[in-house]
Amino acid sequence: MLWEHSTIELPAFKLNIVKSIKVLILNTMKYKSLIINNPDDLMFGIAPKPVKTRRGLEIGGGQVYAELNFTLPIMSINDSTLERVYEHYREIAEGALERAVHLDSKGVVLEFETLLEMTKTPSIGVEIVKIMNEICEKYYQNYGLKSEIRLTPNDLREFERPARQRSSEYLEPMMELFERGMIAGGDLLSIESTGGKEVSDEALMMCDVKGMVFALSVLGVRDMRFLWQKIVSVANKHGKIAAGDSACGFANTAMVLAEKKYIPKVFAAIVRVISVVRSIVAMEEGAVGPDKDCGYEGPFLKAITGIPISMEGKTAACAHLSPLGNIASACADLWSNESVQNIKLLSGMAPTAYFEQLEYDARLMNEALRAGKMHCKVLQQLLVASDVYTDPQALILSPENVIRISKELIKGESYVANAKNGALAALDIIEEALRSGKMKLPEMETSYLPILRDDLNSIPDNESEFVEMMLPLVDQSKFIPEEYGL
Amino acid sequence: MLFLANTINQTNFNKMEEILEKLLEAVELGKVDKKSPYPPQLKGEDGSHELTISAIETGISPQKILENALIPAMGRVGKKFSENKIFVPQMLMSAKAMGASMIQLKPYFASGEIKTKGTFIIGTVKGDLHDIGKNLVAMMIEGGGWSIVDLGVDVGSDRFIEALKNNPGAVIGLSALLTTTMVNMGEIVSSIKSQSPETKILIGGAPVNDEYCQKIGADFYAPDPQKAVEYMNRLAS
Repeated sequence: MLWEHSTIELPAFKLNIVKSIKVLILNTMKYKSLIINNPDDLMFGIAPKPVKTRRGLEIGGGQVYAELNFTLPIMSINDSTLERVYEHYREIAEGALERAVHLDSKGVVLEFETLLEMTKTPSIGVEIVKIMNEICEKYYQNYGLKSEIRLTPNDLREFERPARQRSSEYLEPMMELFERGMIAGGDLLSIESTGGKEVSDEALMMCDVKGMVFALSVLGVRDMRFLWQKIVSVANKHGKIAAGDSACGFANTAMVLAEKKYIPKVFAAIVRVISVVRSIVAMEEGAVGPDKDCGYEGPFLKAITGIPISMEGKTAACAHLSPLGNIASACADLWSNESVQNIKLLSGMAPTAYFEQLEYDARLMNEALRAGKMHCKVLQQLLVASDVYTDPQALILSPENVIRISKELIKGESYVANAKNGALAALDIIEEALRSGKMKLPEMETSYLPILRDDLNSIPDNESEFVEMMLPLVDQSKFIPEEYGL
Repeated sequence: MLFLANTINQTNFNKMEEILEKLLEAVELGKVDKKSPYPPQLKGEDGSHELTISAIETGISPQKILENALIPAMGRVGKKFSENKIFVPQMLMSAKAMGASMIQLKPYFASGEIKTKGTFIIGTVKGDLHDIGKNLVAMMIEGGGWSIVDLGVDVGSDRFIEALKNNPGAVIGLSALLTTTMVNMGEIVSSIKSQSPETKILIGGAPVNDEYCQKIGADFYAPDPQKAVEYMNRLAS
């Protein structure tokens, strides 16, 4: 705001200079060096900037905790089913925490990711937070079990086509749910925001890397800044934790499409790297982690900013398939399952069963942490080695490659340049692995590598030049430039 | 004279066949027009735009252009895709190439000289915004020779019924990605069937399956776009 006031009195030429400086500052990433420089220091359970919670979890403070995610079984949400909806969430939280006590868990995070109706009518979402928080508190008081709720409202704005990112009437219920939900007991605040998705959906299907850079490093960055200023402000007001955002709608969509063989895996790997410059804006605006589970860009965020992260891998097969089952846990501070329906399995309800799987994985990592650095390293090497050369998306997540790519992601003068440099570094790594014979990919995959490189090299480092290049190329009936401040 | 006439006819016939063959190849490989750089192996060659104009000028009937070049080309593309031999971008380039042809053929559709196989109304059901799968299915079915009415996302039964009134005899496709929105399919199917029991409805999307399809009274579950095309072709035959 100081900027706005200080520019009013200036003569025109000075105003232009100030505007240029302001644009430069807004288009430049805050982070200029890595918090974690050495791959050996990028380790599960340990983050340079751990996050302490109300009931005593210390995420990234030398311990890995399970983060359980869940959703309703097949059912409608309406007035007549509302009590049953609440009962499902009560049952999920009770089942998981009871099992946590039985397994002598050191702590749990329950992620409540809202469904459309729960955000549109915030009182529904708030009631569910309240129900689960009472259960968390009961287990804390009775058994000393530490647990917290991550509240993740869904981004309603995409319900309007084209989306009105800044002027949508849907912003109000979203922000109301954030605020009332945190008062009701949601301590960690997250979202999978969708700014830029109008452009990225088509770019993904066309393997249009320039379109993806535009969607993520121009539109995504701008929308993240807009949204996270609000979220951080409301979190600070109530002493809650602004945790982080996930590029799920972009990079995970790419991953799932690649798993279905709709798009090349090499492209999905590149999209993952590009998504970092968009997700890091939450931290630039004051988010402190733990970053959200489905943000597989988390390891890069941890290396650059030092925040703890949540990750998901083999335990997320209940929600989607992935080529990252083991390697995803290499530097996780929370270990998650993405989402599971509250349905009955032979052992019990699915969320309880998935909690148990998460807890045993966390227990193994915690045993390594207890035994010391060498044991952690051995376990991490096994987790990495079992996946790393099976898929380019796994390859870029090895600690060595995360650090190498992260260095490229911060060296440019703009988010666009950083996205481009990071993606080119990822391409180098993929090509080196292919040349060495350690990784093998079919010709229909490798034929995309030179195309992607040429496309990336055609992107100017300067954001204004890039925007000028892209605006005539993207379908402007699908997005509103003004809603991104363009 | 008769020999000469026959020779000329034969030459013309060969030329027509050659154009149709090239057009089929252009659409199959996604060559939109001459200046298009894709695919690299056809650089500088005529694309579907130029070849369709040539085909019309040579006297090939628009219906034949559609049936002997465009539809078979997209059929081959769909087959390659379902066999995991190409990715979606290649399929989309083929769709673009077909689109370039269709622009030239548009007047013949308007005049009734070309007939499509019918109309396909598609939408993602109420409460759901996921449309990548829906768009692929629409594209492939259009490539199969059907007119498409795409209602977009978050579509309730009233809009499907209204579209059906405007397009009597159309087939309807419903898409959903969420377990909490797939339930809306049942309500939509039941509304449509109560007003128009003979209307065929196909469904698709990650959480649904054949069992669910039968449970809600839909007619066909398509696990992938190609299966949807095959079902539609069976309806048209």
